[in-house]
Amino acid sequence: MTIGLGHYLTVAAVLFTLGLFGIFLNRKNVIIILMSIELMLLAVNINLVAFSTHLQDLAGQVFAMFVLTVAAAEAAIGLAILVVYNRNRGSIEVEDINMMKG
Amino acid sequence: MILQALIFYLFAFVAIGAGVMVISARNPVHSVLFLILAFFNSAGLFVLMGAEFLATLLVVVYVGAVAVLFLFVVMMLDIDFIRLREGFLQYLPIGGLMGLVLLAELAVLVGGHFMAPAIEDSHGAGAAVPGPAIGGITNTEALGRILYTDYVYIFQAAGLVLLVAMIGAIVLTLRHRDVRRQRVADQVARRPEESVEMVKVPTGSGV
Repeated sequence: MTIGLGHYLTVAAVLFTLGLFGIFLNRKNVIIILMSIELMLLAVNINLVAFSTHLQDLAGQVFAMFVLTVAAAEAAIGLAILVVYNRNRGSIEVEDINMMKG
Repeated sequence: MILQALIFYLFAFVAIGAGVMVISARNPVHSVLFLILAFFNSAGLFVLMGAEFLATLLVVVYVGAVAVLFLFVVMMLDIDFIRLREGFLQYLPIGGLMGLVLLAELAVLVGGHFMAPAIEDSHGAGAAVPGPAIGGITNTEALGRILYTDYVYIFQAAGLVLLVAMIGAIVLTLRHRDVRRQRVADQVARRPEESVEMVKVPTGSGV
């Protein structure tokens, strides 16, 4: 009944798959897509921390911190772009974003 | 041990359930709230693994900053979210296929790790429980000791990333409304003919 590395890796795998699934399922809504990306980064963090604990090496937790940093920066920039796009075009539908398609 | 297993399953199942609700909730506000729930339960998993500092960081950064930012944006943008859900099931087959393929691959990876015990290291039979604190050093202190020595340059780079993100977000969303600004070129180009008018005012009557 002991909780091992495999349990945590399974949780992370399921969360990562949910994130990918969310990107496909909500193809129109950019906000949900960004949230799905956050979910995937969270799964990566769980993986890093699980291996860090398993190997008794703190480098994994340091890198989880950097992943957290990048996730926060990505969310801020992504939402800023979203706000500006909505201000200019009045819509955030992914299918409308094709001005540069030619 | 039983207690640890029970807590793990509680956190894991709530996190996964919240993840399902994030991608399937009708209202994006509910999605954000379920995202917060998923983050909280992941923080619980982190504590279970002995990473207390990262768990705190997850709550502070994700729940306190990122999720609230999402909430602000969702509520600030006046968007017809019902229309955005049209064709929700259109991508279900291909999305489900991709998800299943990825899950199968991950299962093979995780399973293979435990099918081959030779790869297992000497740290015990795959246990992911926190080891005893060496010399009474807490997780936070140990993390700080290597973060400011071995990883100091990457740490600075992470700070730079945050700075760039902050400036980028400000530059992107800064809006110049109808503010009266000084236009030096217009001022220099002004001539007396177009700006001064001579009026002959007779005595005893107004202009």
